[in-house]
Amino acid sequence: MSRKQRKMLYRIIAAAVLWGAGFLLKHILNTEERFGIEGIILLAIFTASYIIIGWDVLWKAVRNISRGQVFDENFLMSIASIGAMIVGEYDEGCAVLLLYQVGELFQSVAVGKSRKSISDMMDINPEFANIERDGELVRVDPSEVSAGDIITVKPGERIPLDGEVIFGSSALNTSALTGESAPRDVTVGDEVISGCINTDGLLRIKVSRPYSDSTVAKILELVENSSENKAKTENFITRFARVYTPVVVIGAVLLAVVPSLFTGDWAGWIYKALTFLVVSCPCALVISVPLSYFGGIGGASKCGIMVKGANYLEALSRAQTYVFDKTGTITKGSFAVSEIHPAVGVTENSLLEMCAAAESGSNHPIALSIVNAAKQRGITPAAENAREIAGFGVEALVGGREVAVGNARFMEKLGAECPETESGGTLVHCAADGAYAGYIVISDEIKDGARSAIAGLKKLGAAKTVMLTGDRKATGEAVAAAVGIDECHTELLPDGKVALVEKLYSDKPEKSTLVFVGDGMNDAPALARADVGIAMGALGSGAAIEAADIVLMNDNIENLPAAVKIARKTHAIVMENIIFAITVKVLIMALTAVGIGNMWAAVFADVGVAVIAIFNAMRAMNIRHAQ
Amino acid sequence: MKKTFKLEDLDCANCAAKMETAIRKLDGVKSATVSFMTQKLTIEADDAEFDAIVKRAVDCIKKVEPDCTVILK
Repeated sequence: MSRKQRKMLYRIIAAAVLWGAGFLLKHILNTEERFGIEGIILLAIFTASYIIIGWDVLWKAVRNISRGQVFDENFLMSIASIGAMIVGEYDEGCAVLLLYQVGELFQSVAVGKSRKSISDMMDINPEFANIERDGELVRVDPSEVSAGDIITVKPGERIPLDGEVIFGSSALNTSALTGESAPRDVTVGDEVISGCINTDGLLRIKVSRPYSDSTVAKILELVENSSENKAKTENFITRFARVYTPVVVIGAVLLAVVPSLFTGDWAGWIYKALTFLVVSCPCALVISVPLSYFGGIGGASKCGIMVKGANYLEALSRAQTYVFDKTGTITKGSFAVSEIHPAVGVTENSLLEMCAAAESGSNHPIALSIVNAAKQRGITPAAENAREIAGFGVEALVGGREVAVGNARFMEKLGAECPETESGGTLVHCAADGAYAGYIVISDEIKDGARSAIAGLKKLGAAKTVMLTGDRKATGEAVAAAVGIDECHTELLPDGKVALVEKLYSDKPEKSTLVFVGDGMNDAPALARADVGIAMGALGSGAAIEAADIVLMNDNIENLPAAVKIARKTHAIVMENIIFAITVKVLIMALTAVGIGNMWAAVFADVGVAVIAIFNAMRAMNIRHAQ
Repeated sequence: MKKTFKLEDLDCANCAAKMETAIRKLDGVKSATVSFMTQKLTIEADDAEFDAIVKRAVDCIKKVEPDCTVILK
């Protein structure tokens, strides 16, 4: 609690004690006489309580009217409570203000708490960078460091700028960025990003870009600006409140005047009209809707899902068409050996060894993936006399045998008979001493969680999942089938992707939204065209953060269904709050109008509903359901 | 030009909405948001008149909630 809030708490306690005393006394004395000595004592006690609890409300009401702000909460509360005092309902008049202040205090504590928990989550801003100047290590502001400088990060410190490790190795805690608790090991040559915490070893880092372009600066900017993009529901509520308040005020005036003209009971009907006014405050709605979205965005960031605004969370909750880019999204974007098919009489390991050895001199990604696969199996490839035959492959001497590794045409040329295959991926054939030895399939590896992510989306009611890729047909279709994607479009150029997104856009179910998931590298136009653009793997990619509406920081596609779940839950909470608040208010207003409702019910309809709605809104921050 | 200012003692969500409406109506303001949750005011307005517009926006805020202060930096 802040000082301001604590002061209010003391005021509430003091006023409540006085109120309790007055209430007891009223029942002990049980007097109907307002102006006798007993009535005056009661009036004094309640007035003291009233002033302690309500002076600021009265003051604000007067001040706001003088500035042309009529019909705000302060005005409504003042007039309702003064009205109650005048008609002799002292305890009710006081209680209105007392409950109002309790409600306000509660709101301010709850909102402050959720604000703080989210700002703590976003506490990734590095305060300083250690840089060597004149042989001494000095602390400078990260923005003073330029690209190419060498910075030192000690254990326990936050990495202030993006860069490459040139000395030392350590484990990094990336949880503030990715929500992942497992530390990430880095060593010389690895890229590191700002915002991570260096846990155990001293690192020297060559800075790759200035602070203003660093990952941390980009993320902070994103978070700072996320409240600018308000959800449609939020704007709807603001508009609603603008119409609703005057309507209620007119209703209250009619309620005070019309029945009184017939019955002559002015005091009674004016009091009912005041009650009506107290109910009318749209606070519960106005506060709980943004609070829910704020909580949802905060909860999502705990899982490493950065949402750029409430409007995107809202759009995501209605998503039914999901379009994926292949490379970097469904697949890792790196090649690896996926199948080994040795010919009869050859073992897997010997085939791999021959291929790896022949390819060991090359830097081509396919060659590297074969060499890596061999190393993983403990094979040390060694070859002599390797020569490249352009357009065919490589020839080399491996363990005394003449080995040829390359495409099918190469095998044909050597007279080695190779089988027809229908495999998705790149094929590398091998022949030893002129005899066919088998082939290896190299494919882009599918991400571990891709299949379960697609299944998760389907479970959440995805109408259509589509994959777009520039790769050839067989490769693309194999990947789509492996992860369970319905539709696959292959051999596309970047502008072809946008055109397809356009087409899918016009085909999507009404009122639903289209989500495009990419890595932000060459699909920025498609990301921008979709209702919700989601970028993968922002670690180290500022481009993705800029292009997308939602960023999956930890590169984990399984976070996609989690993001949808969070969006749906947040939306559900918002709807619950809107329906609950409006229903209760309308109900109590109606009861008041027919003469059943009283001031207590009215105060509940205002403050009680707001507090319940806030409680409900805070559930949006809880993300256990999504994980 | 687009700038964000921090707001102090912005205590009520409905007031934030009122401020936002008032500021959006000011001449020269392209877009404006008052976020109750993050306690921030963002204004996008013509460069030439920016400072004058911010001043008028501050007046709007003071009118709705006199205790609320805008941190101009």
